[in-house]
Amino acid sequence: MHLQFVQNVPFFSIMLCMVSGIVSAMLPGRVAKWITAALAAVVAALNAWLTAFLMDYGQSYVYWMGHFPAPWGNELRAGLLEAVLAVGFSLIMLLSVLGGMRKMGEQVDGKKLNIVCVMLDLVLAAMMSMLYTNDLFTAYVFIEIMTLASCALIMSRQNGRTLVSAMRYMIMSLLGSGMTLIAITITYNLTGHLLMENIHESLAQLHASGEYTTPLTVITGLFFVGLGIKSALYPFHTWLPDAYGYSTPTASAVLSSIVSKAYIFLLIKIFYRVLGMELVRDNHALNLLFLFGVVGMIMGSVDAIFSHDLRRMVAFSSVAQIGYIYAGLGLGTTAGFAAAIYHMLMHACAKSALFISSSGLADASGDSKRFSDLRGAGFRYPAAGVCFTIGAMSLVGIPVLGGFISKLFLSDAAISRGGVHLWMMLLALALSTLLNVLYFMKTVVTLYRPPRDGFVAPQFQKSRLSAWAMWGFVALNLLVGLMAHPIFGAIRTGLTMFD
Amino acid sequence: MSQTANDSRPTLGERVRRWMAEDENLLDSEILSSVAEPTPRELRQMSPELFAAQEAAREERRQALIEEEGEFYARMHEWSQTRGMRVVNAVYRVLAVLVLVAVVFFLMNTVVALPPFGAADNPYNNEVSKRYIEQGIAETGAINFVCGMILDYRAFDTFGESTVLFVAACSVLLLLKLGEHKLGEKPSAAMLEAEWDDRHHEPKNDAVLQLAARVLTPIILLFGLYIILNGHLGPGGGFSGGAVMGAGLILYLNAFGFQKTERFFTYKTFRWVTFLALMTYAGLKSYSFFTGANHLESGIPLGTPGAILSSGFILPLNICVGFIVMCTMYAFYTLFRKGGM
Repeated sequence: MHLQFVQNVPFFSIMLCMVSGIVSAMLPGRVAKWITAALAAVVAALNAWLTAFLMDYGQSYVYWMGHFPAPWGNELRAGLLEAVLAVGFSLIMLLSVLGGMRKMGEQVDGKKLNIVCVMLDLVLAAMMSMLYTNDLFTAYVFIEIMTLASCALIMSRQNGRTLVSAMRYMIMSLLGSGMTLIAITITYNLTGHLLMENIHESLAQLHASGEYTTPLTVITGLFFVGLGIKSALYPFHTWLPDAYGYSTPTASAVLSSIVSKAYIFLLIKIFYRVLGMELVRDNHALNLLFLFGVVGMIMGSVDAIFSHDLRRMVAFSSVAQIGYIYAGLGLGTTAGFAAAIYHMLMHACAKSALFISSSGLADASGDSKRFSDLRGAGFRYPAAGVCFTIGAMSLVGIPVLGGFISKLFLSDAAISRGGVHLWMMLLALALSTLLNVLYFMKTVVTLYRPPRDGFVAPQFQKSRLSAWAMWGFVALNLLVGLMAHPIFGAIRTGLTMFD
Repeated sequence: MSQTANDSRPTLGERVRRWMAEDENLLDSEILSSVAEPTPRELRQMSPELFAAQEAAREERRQALIEEEGEFYARMHEWSQTRGMRVVNAVYRVLAVLVLVAVVFFLMNTVVALPPFGAADNPYNNEVSKRYIEQGIAETGAINFVCGMILDYRAFDTFGESTVLFVAACSVLLLLKLGEHKLGEKPSAAMLEAEWDDRHHEPKNDAVLQLAARVLTPIILLFGLYIILNGHLGPGGGFSGGAVMGAGLILYLNAFGFQKTERFFTYKTFRWVTFLALMTYAGLKSYSFFTGANHLESGIPLGTPGAILSSGFILPLNICVGFIVMCTMYAFYTLFRKGGM
């Protein structure tokens, strides 16, 4: 069977990202940052092409990385779900890099700017590999790349706070990597395979025969906690606010919308394609996931309400939104998974918009992130104001925007699940939405109030590029909401191809 | 009196409105409202003297309250710094130990439940390793199965691993690299400090070390090179050989200092060697991935197994990996020692 040329796209996207990273290390920063932007645009275009192809093709396919077939060689696997997410995440990468480009130039040592671009390229490479890989060990290798690169992104703006938070992130994240690695080792020990399909097959046999129940439970727990720590699931989120709150806007946007989502996607992949849903359900891991998600939905919002600093508020709201995703996964039904994946995409679009625009708003208020100085910032910097408002409204769940639709899908999934899950989910959704309204709408109102007495509007230079990126974010968020049906349909189809 | 104080306290709705408008914390306003009481109505109708006296008394009481509150917070702070800290630390330690014991218990239980180590019918003795062992030489041309596996069957993973080293080196560079010092320019304070540290804490012109290094360095470097070049024929390969060569470079640097090492290995050398090695790896393997996936003939000659020039791309890939590992090790050492090469 011969592959069509478009089917090379997964390989091209990964290799392009890695090669750009390697080349960027040799180039001056002012060139490297444009390479990063161009790379994200090219990868988005390539994956859009692949998405169009897969719509017609109607099934997933495997791609040999070399001359040897799967259990012996490495393998990629591409389906509609992966392709759609790849388009979304690379677009977000593009807009985050463009939106934060000038800030990045100001906040990062000029001679080290190219290294930051290397990290951004490699984060995208790792994202693509985690989406497309069909091999557990390859996934682990790219977890390592992503961990190191995101650490470097946090500390790229070098001051005391970022160094401390990078260190904290590193310790927590390595703990997560270690747990994942132990889980992979035990899995290999039990099955003798690293390829996802083969592991799934033999684990299903072991599960049916009732052998090795302890190791199977431990594997599920280790994967869940390991990747949960890395993606800031509620009780393991302590590294998050500082890491997202103080680094450069591009770094925050990329970390919150790409890095953490990559780990969540990997966890979904592992639950779906490696451990198998039956095993996970029988281990009660999903109920735990659901519980953590629900608690996170509320506690993250409470933390956000009590934070005084705009960036930290946005960061804490991530905890709540990640809670939504995990709660959706915890429902354990296909509808729940699809809703969680849609929420993941929606949250990535909205959160990167919030981070980029909040740095613009802070600029328009004399580099302050305090709410009293932010009054009227929406008038001083219209693009940032609109971008923040749209992002916030999306997360709150105003109709037409993505957040509304994902909440609808989540409650729909909960209703079809029934039982305790139903009322817990609905209650948590209602409460969390209320809390979201409280802090997001307060901020939006603040942005459009007249400034306080005696406030002198600071002189600041708007970057036209950032403004365009913010309008791009507005368009992206609207698109995710308005195109919800096709996107959700693609996710559903993608999930059926996933098995 | 208490009635009026209660009246002046804002309702919850009022406080939320104020919080929305004024950027004040819900908790902050609680404390403020308890301290600042407005003048009650009956006091306003008194004679000015009496009013002033009462006002002064009230003011005094208010100050006393504030002082008392301040003292309370100071005591709390003191407590949290001394005894509180000890209590929290003790609880934390006990809990940490308990959690760790639980984790160890579960993991040990798991290890006990796993298939016995080294048994012939273990799950990992399956068709995967069988093919590596039986057909590895014919398919990859490498006598060393391990090399054949990591650089041909699963070369993509190894490319990822090499990139991990590259990322690690870049991260350390980002964190620790001090600016470059050009001739005629004044070095920065951080650079001077690093230089001073280096002069006072590291060995300089140690005769024993220099003699040992003079004898050992060429041998170590040659041995490392041998391990790399011989990787497809016997035990060894890029990772181990690169580590040996990196150790040789570090030994030389320790004995003779930066000036002498920089005659042949500078920051520029590091960048170019890493860049070329990674690009070569990416280029060669991209060709082989692309042809493999599209089921095209790659046309790479495997050669005679056992000959030095055999096994297709494995030899050049080993050389690339070796150089990457060597450069990363050396870069780590120099960056941690002086923030530069």
